[in-house]
Amino acid sequence: MANSATIALPDVRTTTYWRRNQRKLAPVLFLAPGVLMFLVYVIAPIFQSIWISFYDWDGIGAKTWIGIGNYVELFDDDAFYTSLQNNILWLVLYMLAVPAGLFIAIFLNQTVTGIRIYKSLFFFPFVISQVVVGLIFSWFYAPGFGLFYLFLEEVIGTPIAILADERFVTYGIIAAGLWPQIAYCMILYLTGLNNVSPDQIEAGRLDGAKGWRMLWHVILPQLKPATFIAVVVTVIGALRSFDLVSIMTDGGPYGSSRVLSFYMYEQALSEYGFRMGYGAAIAVVLFAIMMVFISGFIWRMVRDERSGG
Amino acid sequence: MKVLLKSALLGAAAGMLLAAPVLAGELVINTDTTDPAPKKAFEELISDFEAANPGIKVKWNNFDHEGYKSSIRNFLTADAPDLANWYAGNRMAPFVKAGLFEDVSDVWKENGLDDTLKSAAASMTIDGKKWGVPYTYYQWGIYYRKDIFEKQGIAVPKTWDELKAACAKLKAAGIAPFAIGTKPLWPTGGWFDYMDLRVNGYEFHMDLTAGKVPYTDPKVKAVFAKWAELVKPGYFVKNHAALEWQDAVPLFVQGKAAMYLMGNFAVDVMKNGGLKPEQIGFMQFPEITPGLPMAEDAPTDTIHIPSGAKNKEDAKKFLAFLAKPETQTKMNATLGQLPVNNKSEKPNDPFLEQGFTMLSNAYALAQFYDRDASAEMAKAGMEGFQQFMVKPDNVDKILDKLEKTRARLAK
Repeated sequence: MANSATIALPDVRTTTYWRRNQRKLAPVLFLAPGVLMFLVYVIAPIFQSIWISFYDWDGIGAKTWIGIGNYVELFDDDAFYTSLQNNILWLVLYMLAVPAGLFIAIFLNQTVTGIRIYKSLFFFPFVISQVVVGLIFSWFYAPGFGLFYLFLEEVIGTPIAILADERFVTYGIIAAGLWPQIAYCMILYLTGLNNVSPDQIEAGRLDGAKGWRMLWHVILPQLKPATFIAVVVTVIGALRSFDLVSIMTDGGPYGSSRVLSFYMYEQALSEYGFRMGYGAAIAVVLFAIMMVFISGFIWRMVRDERSGG
Repeated sequence: MKVLLKSALLGAAAGMLLAAPVLAGELVINTDTTDPAPKKAFEELISDFEAANPGIKVKWNNFDHEGYKSSIRNFLTADAPDLANWYAGNRMAPFVKAGLFEDVSDVWKENGLDDTLKSAAASMTIDGKKWGVPYTYYQWGIYYRKDIFEKQGIAVPKTWDELKAACAKLKAAGIAPFAIGTKPLWPTGGWFDYMDLRVNGYEFHMDLTAGKVPYTDPKVKAVFAKWAELVKPGYFVKNHAALEWQDAVPLFVQGKAAMYLMGNFAVDVMKNGGLKPEQIGFMQFPEITPGLPMAEDAPTDTIHIPSGAKNKEDAKKFLAFLAKPETQTKMNATLGQLPVNNKSEKPNDPFLEQGFTMLSNAYALAQFYDRDASAEMAKAGMEGFQQFMVKPDNVDKILDKLEKTRARLAK
């Protein structure tokens, strides 16, 4: 190789290894920091968590190997099933953010004076922190002075303290979560709507399509990339719902609004927790659930990329 | 990336700071006393100690209260200070069992602390050894609205029946008898403690919180049966599961609720809420089982020597200084709490004075449910108590659940 290069190129003595392989090495070098971080902070902890989930460990003392003991206990744990059930509820109801975001985006996709102000107002809930959203909704539901509480008192006579009632508490928190999530989906659709081709709308109009048919057959297919991203972020958002639960109820009343991520935190890291092994087992289950969705998404992305070529 | 690098650098810098060589006579103390009063008390304590021991320089790291609960686990194992504050009872057990706290029985013996700190001796003892020095505690009991009691013609209840009669009267007048906010769970622990201490007594309560008695025991059921006599008629404020403990104080201040079972720290909040001192009364939790000696809840704050400490000799001097009656008098005057040392001066505040008398005459002191019971049991237990206070009919289901947790932990 070196010899043949000597013959081919006259300035070979200045050709270093770096120069010869620059094109090959550059991407590797650019990727290296990111990959390294990803390996150290994402991949390694995943395996560590799985490893820890086979131990009984309080985080400071000695680890005791108990095999699948944590998982056996988990499948006999009411609190786990409550959390799982709530997670499913979150997944299903959080999906409402996608059509709601689409609806608002279409509504706002017009040229009126000051539309930018309206758009930013609708986007506002996504900008403020989840902690603030949680606090606002806690006050909204607060018994005694909360707006929603007083509204219920006015309308149905018997007010309900949403966050103290095991039947409604999860719905109450999901509603709080939907507020910023809808804004997020809206902004995704608004950018998507900018790219909708006017020619196709025109053509559709000539063929007599309007209203729902126009939306369903002409607009929505063009919004497919936006829908895909909106669904992805919503699923992930639903599965990692933690902050709102922690701020609004702390998992209560008596654990009825827990979700898996919160239960994991409670078991492993909270004031009364420090069961690292058990917490890790919950994390592994949550990871498995996420993997189902994530691999689905990745599979779709790969497929689309191939067919899109 | 920049942020990451920055934080990495910061971390390295912090590591270097912590690893800096310990000077001769330097004493490192970690605390979580960032609230104004505790902070001031420790400032005074440290400067007084330095004045009394000129050769020793104290380096004080003050942590945020919530963050401390997890950081103590890190610094005890990784880079131990010479002293750290924590809590008595079962709360310190995990650190003692893991060998992270130093046995300080010699400090107790040399300074005669078994005598002067007698009321807290039991809660500082594990396996027959002492593991730290207590410096403050405070009483729990029922704070009530004197003016409302007067207006309704209610005398301070001394027995269970009198308490129930008072509740019925208040309820009829449209006032919730008891304020409580159970969102943070622990206020329910105070209720369970007192119900169990009054129904079954101190020894049974300690056995129960130590995990030696099943929660399905008839004696435990008896506690809940008594408690239900207050829960079922609706003697607690509504929607308490959505309230923080501070959220329930306005109800007390506005006269929507007349009594509040709480620790003495609540008095400050009540006064800040607009109540005059003469509107607030304090009473001991009434007797339930006649003739049973009365034990009280008195959570105790303590200072310990980590076993990884580098300057144990001076740390022991510090503990001895902390245990002195005059040190505790001065600290607790600032803290607004009670000195543990029985040679200390009585506090001036009327509530503290009442508390001091009550605790000095107490049969025994419990720490509090979440300090006496192990952390996991406390969490499950208090969640069960909260559920009971919302759905008293589910009591058997709740107790089965608690028993399941207890049995698992007992293994």
